[in-house]
This record gives sequence, C-alpha cells and structure tokens, in this order.
Amino acid sequence: MQQEKKKGDFRVVNHAIPRRDGRAKVTGRATYVSDVKLVGMAWAKVLRSPYPHAKIISIDTSKAAARPGVYGVLTGNDLEGINPYYGHAVKDHPLLAIGKVRYVGEPVAAVVAVDERTAFEALEFIEVKYEELKPVLTHDEAMAKDAPLLHDRVFEAGALRGFEGDTTAGKGSNICQAHHIQWGNVEEAFKNAAAVVEGEYYFPMTYAYAMEAYVAIADVNDNGVTVYSSAQHPFMVRHDLKAIFNLPVSQVRLVVPFVGGGYGSKSYTKIEPLAAACSWKFKRPVKLQLTIEEAMLTTRSDDALTWMRTAVDANGKIIARQAKILMNTGAYAENSPLVVEKSTNRCVGPYSIPNVQIDNYSFYTNTVPASSYRGFGCAQVTLPGESQIDELAAKIGKDSYEFRVMNAAKNGEEFFPKMRPFEGSLKQDLDIAAKALRWNEPAPKGRAKSIACSTSDAGAYPLTSTAIRVHADGSVTILTGSTELGQGSHTVLPQIAAEELGIPFDKVHVMSSDTAITPYDRSTGASRTTTLMGSAMIDACREAIQQMVAMAADVLKVKTEQIQVIPGGIRAGEIQLNWSQIISKYYALPDGEVIGRAYIRKAGRFAQIPVFWETVSTGVEVAIDEETGKIDVEKLVTVGDVGLAINPALAEGQDIGAATMGLGTGLYEELVYEGSQLMNGSILEYRLPRFKDTAKEIELNLVENQDGAGPYGAKGGGEGSLNSMAANIANAVARATGVRIRHAPLTPERVWRALKEQKAK
Amino acid sequence: MTDVKQIVNLKFTLNGKAVEVDCEAEETLAEVLRDRLNLTGTKISCEVQVCGACTVLVDGLPVSSCTLLAYEARGKNVTSIEGLAKPDGTLHPIQQAFIDEFAFQCGFCTPGMILAAKALLDENPKPSRDEIVHFMDGNICRCTGYVPIVRAIQKVAGTLESKHHK
Repeated sequence: MQQEKKKGDFRVVNHAIPRRDGRAKVTGRATYVSDVKLVGMAWAKVLRSPYPHAKIISIDTSKAAARPGVYGVLTGNDLEGINPYYGHAVKDHPLLAIGKVRYVGEPVAAVVAVDERTAFEALEFIEVKYEELKPVLTHDEAMAKDAPLLHDRVFEAGALRGFEGDTTAGKGSNICQAHHIQWGNVEEAFKNAAAVVEGEYYFPMTYAYAMEAYVAIADVNDNGVTVYSSAQHPFMVRHDLKAIFNLPVSQVRLVVPFVGGGYGSKSYTKIEPLAAACSWKFKRPVKLQLTIEEAMLTTRSDDALTWMRTAVDANGKIIARQAKILMNTGAYAENSPLVVEKSTNRCVGPYSIPNVQIDNYSFYTNTVPASSYRGFGCAQVTLPGESQIDELAAKIGKDSYEFRVMNAAKNGEEFFPKMRPFEGSLKQDLDIAAKALRWNEPAPKGRAKSIACSTSDAGAYPLTSTAIRVHADGSVTILTGSTELGQGSHTVLPQIAAEELGIPFDKVHVMSSDTAITPYDRSTGASRTTTLMGSAMIDACREAIQQMVAMAADVLKVKTEQIQVIPGGIRAGEIQLNWSQIISKYYALPDGEVIGRAYIRKAGRFAQIPVFWETVSTGVEVAIDEETGKIDVEKLVTVGDVGLAINPALAEGQDIGAATMGLGTGLYEELVYEGSQLMNGSILEYRLPRFKDTAKEIELNLVENQDGAGPYGAKGGGEGSLNSMAANIANAVARATGVRIRHAPLTPERVWRALKEQKAK
Repeated sequence: MTDVKQIVNLKFTLNGKAVEVDCEAEETLAEVLRDRLNLTGTKISCEVQVCGACTVLVDGLPVSSCTLLAYEARGKNVTSIEGLAKPDGTLHPIQQAFIDEFAFQCGFCTPGMILAAKALLDENPKPSRDEIVHFMDGNICRCTGYVPIVRAIQKVAGTLESKHHK
C-alpha cells in the first residue's frame, strides 16, 4: 500500500483543486470528436434494419450509389478482405449485418458521401429485400424449447482474455453467458432458518444517455488505421481493429480527445469498425456521427429478472442468500458476459453470508445489444438484495439500519471466498448516513426514509502503464491512456504527480489517450483510474526521481547516498538543486528530459482481485403522493467509502452524479419494448432526471480511512452511489405505505396501481 | 425532390461582430455556427429541442439552435459560448462560477447551460432556487446531478449561502 503520507500531510492531493479542463469547457474550446474535421473527410450515414429477425435476401445499392455526392455504399457483401466480426468477449458482432439482421436498428448498409445530408438523403434509395424470421424477444422466448437460435456457431474469444468465450450459441440454446457462485450449504441453511424472505424482482433496461452520441472518424490508408473516437477504452478498441484489418498493433491508432459522457456506454468497441470499413473501402477519411436515436439503437443496459431468497437465524444474523437471475442481453454479447459475472458477484452485497448460491444466465434476444452501464450489473441485483434486507428486518422486527450494521462485512474480513478481503468501514458509513437522515426521528407525514448500501468488486483487470516526462524547465507532461470522460482524470493524475515531485499543480500537464503515444492502459471504467493509474503515476514519478538523483550525483560528483530528496528537487550537503537545474546541468544545455515509467500488473499489492471493493451507503427521504403515485426525493445522502479523495470535490461530484442516475432508474428511466419495437427510443419519450427532480436537501460524505490499495490508500468511486438507489426508493415506499414494489422504476402509475391493489385487498 | 440546393445569403451579428455567410435554406443555426463558421462550442445532442445543449442567445433570449433555421436569425444579435469571455481572456462571471463550483464534468452540456444561465440572470439577477430550477429545466446534464450548477448560478447572483471546498 502506498500510504506513507497521512491525511493532513498533503500539499496538492486531497485538495479540491479546480478542474484542469475548466477553462476549455466553459469557453467552448474543449474539442470532442464531433468537433473534429479532417482534410478530405467524407461522411457516413447508416441504413438500419426495420425487422427484429430476418434473412437479407438482396441489397440493391445502385440507385443510392449513383446519386451526386455519394462515394459509395457499403454492405455486408463488401467486406471480403477484412475480418468483419468483432467483440472483446466473443467475436459475434458483424460491423454490418451479414446475411441476417438480429434487431430493429441493426446497421445494414452505410452510405459514404461528400457531406452528412447527402449521405442521409441517399439512404432511402437503397433497396433491401428481407425474409422475416420468428423473433426472440424475452427471457421466456429465448429459453423456449423450439426457440429460433440467434447465433448458430461458436465464436472466437476477444481481447477479454481469461474469459473463454463460453457462449452456448451453436450448442442449441440462446444462452449468451452463464455464471455461478456457490459456497456453504444453501439448502441446509434455509431449512434451519428462523426467517426467510423470497420474491421476484425486475430491474429494467436503461439507456445511459451520454449527451455526445457515438462518433468516430476513421482514416485507413497504407500506414494503417487511425481512428478518432469517443471511446472510453481506446486500447480495447485497438485490439478489435487490429484483428479486423489484420494489422500489427503499431499500425492501429486510436485518438480520444474529450469525451461527452460515457457512464459505461462508451466502453469497448462500438461504431469504430464500421467507420474504419467505410474509410478502407472508399479510400478517404470518413466521419460517422450517430444521432441520439441511433445511439439508443446501439447499446443499452441488461435488464434483470431476479428470483431471490435470504435467510436469518434466531439472532438476526444473515445465514443464506440464493438467487437466480435472468438477463436480456440483446442481439450481440458486447460486454454482457462480464456484466453477468459481476452481477452474480454483486448479489452478495457488503455482508458476511456463510451460505450463498447465485445462478445467472444472460440470453441473446432480437433486441438492441446490452453492454456496460455504470455499476456493471450491480444496480440490477442491489434492487433485490437491498429490498430483501429491509423485508427481512421488517419480518423479524428489527430496525433495518441496525440490521445492516449487524451483518456488515468488517475491514479485513474475507467475506467473499478467494477474493481480496473487505477493505472499508461499512459500519462507519452507515452511521454517517443514519445521522444525516436523522434516522431516529420519525419522518413527517406522507414521507419515509431509507438507507441502503452496496459493494462492488471494482477496478477490472489491473494492467496499466504510464510515463511522465520531466522537462528541462521543470515542467512535466503525463502520458496517460486514461480517457477524460468528465470524471476528472486529467485533474487527479496531475495532482498526484505534483504531490510526488513536489512541484506546483500548474506545472503538470496531461497528454490524453492516443494509443500511438500514451502507454497501454486497459480501460477507463470500473472506477479504476484513480486506483490503478494513480498508483502508476506515483511509481512513474518515483522512478523519474531516482533517475534525477543519479544524474545529480553525476553532476555534483557525489555518491547517490549523499543525496536527499526534498520537495521539488534534491539536497547534497549545502547544495540544493531543483529538477530543472539537475536536468539542465546533466545535459549541459537548458534542454532535454527525464522519462519516468511505471507498469502495473496483477502482482504485488494488486495480486488479489478485486483491485478494490467499491463500497457506498446512500439514503433518501421521499414524499409519496398516494393520490397520484408520484414520488419526490426530499433528501439525498451519499457516503462514499473512498479511502482517500485525491480531489474531494471531484469525488463528491461522482457520487451526486451517480446517485442522480440511480434515482432516474429508481423513479422513471426504462426502455420500453412493445413486441420488437423500442417504444421510447428518443429523448422525447425516455424520461431523464432534470433540474426539477433534484432533492431539496443533499448531503455528500466521504469516508477517508486510507484503507485502499491505491495511491495513499485511495479507492475508486463513481459508480457506487447509483447501485442502491432503486432499492432505496422501493424501501421508502414500503415503509411509508406498507406496499412492497419489486419492479423498477417506481413510476407514478406503478406506485398508484400497487397502492390501489393494496386497498382492494 | 430536387437536387438543386437553394443557397441563401445571411447577415447577422455574432458575438458583437457583423457576419455574412452563404448557407443552404434548410440549414439550422447550429449547423451554420459549427460547420460554416467553425465555432464548435455550440454542441448538438438531442436535435429535437429537448436537451438544451445547443442553446445560444438570439436577441438575448435562449434558443435551441439545433431546430432554429439559420435564416430566422437574419439581422439578429446572436451570442454563442465563444462570445462570453472578454477579448483579454477574462471569463464571464458565470463561466468562472461554473469552474469554481465544479458545475460540469464531461462539459458537453456546459456551453448551453452557461448561456441559459446568462439569459436567466440577465432577466432576473437574483433568482430564488425555485426560479433557477424552473428556468433551467429545459437543459439536461447527465453528469453533475444539477446541484453544482444551481450553486454556480446562485454564486453569480450573490445568493450562495455556504462556501464549498475552500
């Protein structure tokens, strides 16, 4: 653990320093891919499938291709010479439909033209003949004995090595991924339980709505493939593009400037292969900018239908939990196999439960492909998990907050077999939430309070590298593959470098994700950047300092042992040199540089998975209008167990942002399918949290016990406060009305109907 | 359908300076600003006048430039995000408050958010929290949970009660 310095000792770290990208973003000068133009650039527009499941009989592109300003039309028939299937889990996703369409909205053809409008106008001149097939739309339909198969072959595994691509496609079912965990003896435990609760819960499909829709500009030429993209994980996209074009890694370059929101929806490869194939075919740079409606046809979150039961013994100790989860993954695997694995693990919650069995299945269906969404399956299973904690507490007559505290995993406890022991202070977190909500005081009439919590095996896979360049004037450039999605990586990382090198924050600058320049970083997701890239930053700075100590020894003709490192430079006896003086004297010119490097792998302090436990407690006080079913959030509390906040304002910003998204899925966000059609696939109909929905009272808390594996004991944040929000809403409604709703979102209609049913009983 | 595009000549005042630009009749103000005049600070998101990302001021009033035909701005006074800071680089107080209060993360909604806030404060220099929430409700932010944006506006209005992280 890198935690020599204690809270209070820090000069730059642990301070709410204003964002590095602040000026650029408030003046309109921040560049996003949607703002980029290349010389000679053409535009692509996509023709999408009107059918959920159909054979493509023929595509006639001649009329569209003949239109003025059109360079050509690309279809699944034109992909000979490249490997058109991609996917980091399993390579099941063609960059354009080949022979078959599998969901309404799947790309079937792309027109490449002189400008966007010309490309768009040509789409209607493409003639496609389909032969409709029976669609598979729900978990039940996917599981049916005579269900048509979405995929009829086994696929190669992608960049997510270690995941073996264990899809059952081609083995006679539509199961995309199954995952199971089991310890203790669940059957025995339920037999001997003092009380059991059991129920079925549904968490909906949701849409992340990054304000910037997917966009990519591809330039494929003799030098290789260059793509400017809004991707969160450029190195993972590089892996897919390398395979598609059969090129060495060195000839594939992903450049990611500022990203207009991600929340997981820009994780992994999305439209880059299609943009690149257009550029490859028509031999010019091509920009593909989706609309929000198209983005909603590109990715969504997995829904989850969860049956769960939880048991306690006579002392109120949770002794068992069992769940069976069914997820609708859509037409292609994308990141769902990992979502399945994570949601399975996250069913356990931050509790020490001796008997556990979770069985999780995701299904291919003829709907929009599901993938990552902030929290990776945790919100889906925390609705049942934290609902049942309240249900059980009520059943045995215990206060739900005290019941949680009593069963909370303790710091250092191996509450999840074979994983990293719990690192956090859940009791302290829950106490803070309870105090903030004035838990002991009754809620005013028509209102109710709820406290909930979650923990996630976060940080993804620990493979991260970085380099820092200390220049002869003492300024520093950080080369990092961690993308700036808004979470503040370009502020937090220079804070760490400035702290380590003992120089002002203003002297440290960041070179953003460019796979040709910035060293490999596996991903920007799973709340991992502060912990992993932050640790790499410390190591790289210390390696640079070591080199500069050796250079100073050389310059001063002393032994390195005689040199003492001080903030911003060194001291040797009476002589002090800053970094600039060392480098300039070493090269005998006021030029040159020192490069510090760091490589993080699954070893040392990151040998054990997860990288850290992301633990957050949240609380709400809501007002329920029983006449209309409308719920207003009066008070919102978050308690982020972050180890150390490198930048407290940014950490709190993540918590309130994630909590707000969580309230959205708890209260109104839901993608609605009617048959094969997405009924609310536009921002006119998909209800998002707005200004008017913000809680009147908000209290954001950070718990900083420096108990994580990251820099100075930091852990990640950014997803946790989303996860328990839907459960909070459901629990508050149950406390206020006695009605338990097990289906999110708790829309006015759903609440009103549930209350009406209750009255009828 | 005809392939002959109708070109119109357009004159208006942009950020205090007269501009003249040729564009197609069906082009929106956002397209003219971004593609013809290379001012990409105006962002496009929903394209249906729901999210507020493309907000600019036309004669001082907030307008969704994604659905306003550029032609409708002829002869008018248009302010985009690029026109807010002083020529010497000094930020407008709203811009500064957004930085000070961490009122953005990804920044994609920020130009529209700042211009909507300017329209509010120009009309009502000391809005209550409810007035801020009501006026700003047409702008979506997916990152911040809105709370710091309200604080930033209150800061400019001089009604922010407590200091944050200082």
